[in-house]
Amino acid sequence: MDGVGGFLSMGGYAVFIWPAYGVALVVLGGLAFGAVRRLRRSEADLAALEAGRPRRRAAQRDLTAEEAT
Amino acid sequence: MAVTMHRFANPTRFLRLAGAVQPWCVGLGVACLLGGLYLGLLRSPADYQQGETVRIMYVHVPAAWMALFVYANMALASAVALIWKHPLADIAAKNCAPLGAGFTVVALASGSLWGQPMWGTWWVWDARLTSVLVLLFLYLGYIALVNAFDDPTRGAKAGAILALVGSVNLPIIKFSVDWWNTLHQPASIMRMSGPTIHASMLTPLLLMAIAFTLIFVSLLLINMRAEIAERKIRTLRLAHGAEG
Repeated sequence: MDGVGGFLSMGGYAVFIWPAYGVALVVLGGLAFGAVRRLRRSEADLAALEAGRPRRRAAQRDLTAEEAT
Repeated sequence: MAVTMHRFANPTRFLRLAGAVQPWCVGLGVACLLGGLYLGLLRSPADYQQGETVRIMYVHVPAAWMALFVYANMALASAVALIWKHPLADIAAKNCAPLGAGFTVVALASGSLWGQPMWGTWWVWDARLTSVLVLLFLYLGYIALVNAFDDPTRGAKAGAILALVGSVNLPIIKFSVDWWNTLHQPASIMRMSGPTIHASMLTPLLLMAIAFTLIFVSLLLINMRAEIAERKIRTLRLAHGAEG
């Protein structure tokens, strides 16, 4: 392999090799992006919901929520 | 046994543990990925028969391993959920499925891109390729089934049964290359007599496999944390509704 051009051409197999890596990047990147966005959104919603209700009543009422905690 | 299981069933303890483990998984996973890509793309030799296309192996083989490994995890978590009614096991199984489906898509697509130049065809309905396609449909069927019920516990139970029944496909995939004539080559790493490829190719391959495993663990932990938060939100909203 000579230089960057030689590396990118992959001995004439560039059209097979780079898409294989591209698919992995897109699929795994998409899963990672989706996971992080889901966690941020759900934790923000939960924090807003918990801030919006009185603490003591929450503690008394939500036995089920405690179990799920 | 049940007592020790329930110590880990406690989501608060799980969330603390997940929060501590996750940064290490992400950091180590990215390091292995960069090392694997560097060695695989720049330092490892071209194959004497396959030329440069052998570099597809560093994506294809770890993705295919993960497709099986994630399914095995999903089936194990489903068994634990069915037997011990472990709430975290349900959440783990459910969040394995999209990740496993993703790895299976990568394995199938990269395999197809490898098949065209080396076998002269994108696809062939032989035992290995077909059984992996069935694995993808098992993942997708599981996802559809779990989400098809209004009551999440019923969905989880139906999904767990499907995951366990589908696990018969795992040995079929693994041994398909030995039991039937296929275009796909037999195992060269996971064999009784040890790997048959040179260290210059084995090292990047194993680094990529470790990287994919750590990426899976990281994404599973993130999704499980999100799902626990979502379930708390649902419980709080139900309690709100009862008050109003």
